[in-house]
Amino acid sequence: MTILRRTLLAGAAAVTALGMATAAGAQDDKTKVGFVFVGPVGDGGWTYEHNQGRLAVEEEFGDQVETVFVENVAEGPDSERVMTQMALNGADLIFTTSFGYMDPTINVAKKFPNVKFEHATGYKTAENVSTYSARFYEGRAIQGLIAGSMTESNIIGYIGSFPIPEVIRGINSAYIQAKKVNPDVQFKIVWVYTWFDPAKEADAAKVLIEQGADVVLQHTDSTAPQAAAQNAGGVYTFGQASDMYEYAPEPRISSIIDNWAPYYIERTKAVMDGTWESVSRWDGIGAGMVGIGEITSAVPDDVKAAALEMKEKIASGEMHPFTGPLKKQDGSDWLAEGETADDGTLAGMNFYVEGIEGEIPQ
Amino acid sequence: MDLSQINPILLVASLMVAATPILLAAIGELVVERAGVLNLGVEGMMITGAICGFAVAVETGSPWLGFLAAAIGGAALSFLFVILTQFALANQVASGLALTLFGLGLSSLLGQSYVGIKPPPTPDLHIPLLSDIPILGPVVFSHDLILYLGIAIVAGVWALLKFTRAGLILRAVGENHDAAHALGYKVVRIRVMAILFGGACAGLGGAYISLVRVPQWTEGMTAGVGWIALALVVFASWKPWRVLLGAYLFGGITVLQLNLQAAGVAIPVEYLAMSPYVITIVVLVILSADKSRAPGSLGRIFHATS
Repeated sequence: MTILRRTLLAGAAAVTALGMATAAGAQDDKTKVGFVFVGPVGDGGWTYEHNQGRLAVEEEFGDQVETVFVENVAEGPDSERVMTQMALNGADLIFTTSFGYMDPTINVAKKFPNVKFEHATGYKTAENVSTYSARFYEGRAIQGLIAGSMTESNIIGYIGSFPIPEVIRGINSAYIQAKKVNPDVQFKIVWVYTWFDPAKEADAAKVLIEQGADVVLQHTDSTAPQAAAQNAGGVYTFGQASDMYEYAPEPRISSIIDNWAPYYIERTKAVMDGTWESVSRWDGIGAGMVGIGEITSAVPDDVKAAALEMKEKIASGEMHPFTGPLKKQDGSDWLAEGETADDGTLAGMNFYVEGIEGEIPQ
Repeated sequence: MDLSQINPILLVASLMVAATPILLAAIGELVVERAGVLNLGVEGMMITGAICGFAVAVETGSPWLGFLAAAIGGAALSFLFVILTQFALANQVASGLALTLFGLGLSSLLGQSYVGIKPPPTPDLHIPLLSDIPILGPVVFSHDLILYLGIAIVAGVWALLKFTRAGLILRAVGENHDAAHALGYKVVRIRVMAILFGGACAGLGGAYISLVRVPQWTEGMTAGVGWIALALVVFASWKPWRVLLGAYLFGGITVLQLNLQAAGVAIPVEYLAMSPYVITIVVLVILSADKSRAPGSLGRIFHATS
C-alpha cells in the first residue's frame, strides 16, 4: 500500500513544509520513488503533468513501488532540504522537476551516492544524476505557426517565466515559424519571474491584451492567462505543459502536452533491475514526450492542416525547428542555409533570433 | 519603446483591481495588530476565503453570496487562531504560521472539484452620471462593489480608530492590555472581535482574487499576497490611509512594470520586476519617519491574572 501524506504548505515567503510518510520497516523491498514539485499538483499545467507521470508509475508497478512527493518546493536552498529528507527516508530514485533544482540536486546527489537522481530540464549530470527534458521547442514551432496565422493585430504576447535557455528556446522557435507565415508579426515579451502565480500571470495576460496582443503564449504553469483571455474575448491562447482543454475551443486553440509517464516508468524499471545509468535524455514529438493537443474548430482548416503537417515532419525528423538561414538578434550569422542547430547550442541558448525586439534579462 | 501603447485609463483601472486583495487583507490585519495581536495566518485565511467564495459563487451563481461566504470562511478559520491564542494562550507567531499551513492545505482539499470551472461574473457598477464622466468615469466609478467596499472599510477603520470611543478602547487594548484590563475593558472579547474582523477581510481579499482578478480556482493561487499584506501593515506604521497608499503603490507598480515591459521600455527587466517591492518599502519608510511605532502589546500573550 502506498502511503502518501500531502504537505499542507504552499511556497510562500521562506516557508516550505515537508511532510512525508516514512515507510514501515517491512517495506524495504519496495522501490521508493520521490518527486519534488515546484507548484501544486492541481496547477493544471506543469506540475499536474509530472504528477500524472508519478501516478502512471504507481499504476505500472503496483505494489512493487512506493511513491512520495512534495509540492510547492521553492527553487534554491530549500529544495536541498526536501531532497535530503527524501533520501534519508529511503528513496531509491528522486525526480526533481524544475530547472532551479539543478545545483541542489547535484549537491544532494554527492551526499547520497546510492540514490539515483533525475533532474528535469537542467544540464548538469553526475555519476548518479541524469537529466531529462522534452523538446518543447518542437511544440512551440507549431504554436508559432498557428499563432502567426491567427493574429489579426500582428501582435503576439508572450508571458515568460525566467530568462533561462528553455524559455528563450521556446520564444525563438515560436517566433521563427510565426514570422514565416506572417512577416509583420511582432512579439511582446513580459517576464513575470515566477513559474506559478495565477494573479500575476493574469495581470501579465491582461497587460498584453490591453497593448494589442490577440494571441497570448505562456511559459508559466497556471491556467490564469487562459481565464484572462476568455474574459477579454477574441484572444487566442495555447495550453502550456498540460492540455488545459477546459478552455477549448476558445481561447485555447491548441496546446503542448508534456508526457512524462513513459520516461518515469522506464527509469523506475531501470532502478528495479539495477541497470540504471546516468543519461541525458532529450525527447520530442517523435518519441512522444511532447504532444500537441487537439487543434480546435476556431482554427481555419488550412492552418490546422499546415500545423499537423509540420507536426508530422518534426516527428519524422524531416524538419528541424531551427534550420538556417538564421541570424541572431544582433544581425550576426548563426546558421547557414540548411544548417540545423546542434543540441549544445540549443541547451545553452541565451540569445534571441533576428527580428525579436527587446533584450534578454541577464 | 513606445509608451503611447500604455493606456493610462486602463492602467489606473487595473491597478485598483490589482491592489484590492492586498488592501482588504492588510486593513483587516491592521485592526488585528492595533488590538495587540499578531496574526501571521493572513495567507491561510485569504486562500480559504478564495475557495469558500469561489465554491459558493459557483454553486449558487451569485458572486455576492460568494463574497459573503468568503468573509465567513476567513473568519471561521481565524476563529481557530482565537481558540489557540486567546483561550489556550498559545504563541501567536507559531499559531499564525500554523494557520497559514492549515489554510493552504484545507483550501486545496476543498478546491479538488473546482479546478477549471468558470465562476459567475462579478458585475461592474454603473453609477448614473458618475460613470459617464470622461476619463474619471471609467477609471474611478466603473468597478465592482467589492473594490469600493475595500476603500470604504479603510475609511471606516480610520474613522473608528480616530474618532470613536470603540476605537480608543481597541487601541488601549493594543497598547497596554494590562492597563486596559485594569480599567475594566474586556481584553479578550475585544481581541476576538478584531481577529474575526481581520479573518473576514482576508477572506474577502482572497475571494477577490479567485472571483474577480484571475478569475478561477487554482491551488495556492494567492501565491504570497498575504505575506505582502502583513509587511504592508508594518511599513504603513499601522495607519489606515498609508495601508491604502501602500497597496495602491504596490498594485500600481506591479501593473505598470508589466506594461513597461510589454511596451519594450529600456530599463532592465530585473529592476522592473523588483520595483514594486523596493518603491513601496522606500515610500512607506520615508513616510514612517515620524515617531509612530508598533502597538505596545503587539504579539504579547494576555492573561487576566498576570
